[in-house]
Amino acid sequence: MENLLQYIHDKLKAKFGDAIISAEQLYDFPVFVVKRENIFDIMKFLKEDTETGFEFLTTLCGLHYPENKGHELGVMYQLHNLPKNWRIRVKTFFPITAPEVQSVTSLFPSANWQERQEYDFFGIIFKGHPNLKRILNMDSMNYYPMRKEYPLEDATRDDKNDSMFGR
Amino acid sequence: MSEVITEKATIVEAPAGYQQPGFFATSLDKAVGLARKNSIWPLPFATSCCGIEFMALMASHYDLGRFGAERLSFSPRQADLLMVMGTIAKKMAPVLRQVYQQMAEPRWVLSMGACASSGGIFDTYSVLQGIDRVIPVDVYVPGCPPRPEQVIDGIMQIQKLVGSESLRRRHSPEYKEMMKKYGFE
Repeated sequence: MENLLQYIHDKLKAKFGDAIISAEQLYDFPVFVVKRENIFDIMKFLKEDTETGFEFLTTLCGLHYPENKGHELGVMYQLHNLPKNWRIRVKTFFPITAPEVQSVTSLFPSANWQERQEYDFFGIIFKGHPNLKRILNMDSMNYYPMRKEYPLEDATRDDKNDSMFGR
Repeated sequence: MSEVITEKATIVEAPAGYQQPGFFATSLDKAVGLARKNSIWPLPFATSCCGIEFMALMASHYDLGRFGAERLSFSPRQADLLMVMGTIAKKMAPVLRQVYQQMAEPRWVLSMGACASSGGIFDTYSVLQGIDRVIPVDVYVPGCPPRPEQVIDGIMQIQKLVGSESLRRRHSPEYKEMMKKYGFE
């Protein structure tokens, strides 16, 4: 489609109004930033509406921008309309003090493990997820390692024995 | 391998002992050590690229079978030698410990490559910084990954340990204390 960005934006704007914060074309991807409160309804609409028909969740990932005060954390969803080969991204941001967002597992079962991974690495709580626990790291880990709040070389680590390496 | 007679058949030499026509006497330690070291059953615990080098080691070109170790044991119950090859994530550490615990005494551990020995390049929160943090290791083979020749050398070091081990070692207070340090009773 010539102007997928405009087409989807018009549809979303008509249905959700102010919940659509911004829409822009980043390289070959239309990217929509939406309000956290509406993310589930928007995803449901994008999937189930016969004209949009984004039935495939390509991927989902956590985001952390420490410099954006008040909406540091986010989730990005990448959707695919397979018959028409349309691809879009939907992003939503929220404060790190309340890292909660509605789970889309009931819409896309493939989101189950991906949401667990983002919980594991970013500490994002997906409300309504059937089994929200760590997936890759050990359960005893008490921090979220992909958040940008750690120095590259952690001087306080005690699991590395440097005596033999002379660093 | 100084003990190997290279002229015709490859037969290991008899241990030091007293020999006269019709009999040969040596200590039980040495006879048992001789048998053990030439029939090591390795358990490959291969998690990454070192495991690929290990495949070369077992194949015909390098042929670990020459050392009596061609019979890989994929059950820890029957294995003598645990060969840890590759990066061990912290989440994998309890699994490795369990495999070690399932092995019957006497058991030996060979740590192959930089990752298993020290965490290697994976100086990060998710990787165990050396398997000797969770299980005792007998021989470390350096390299990233080590060539099969290096692993053969490591196996020969293990053979030396196995061949010279006292039958009482596993009952000694030092050994028990070492196991206790690692949290094994």
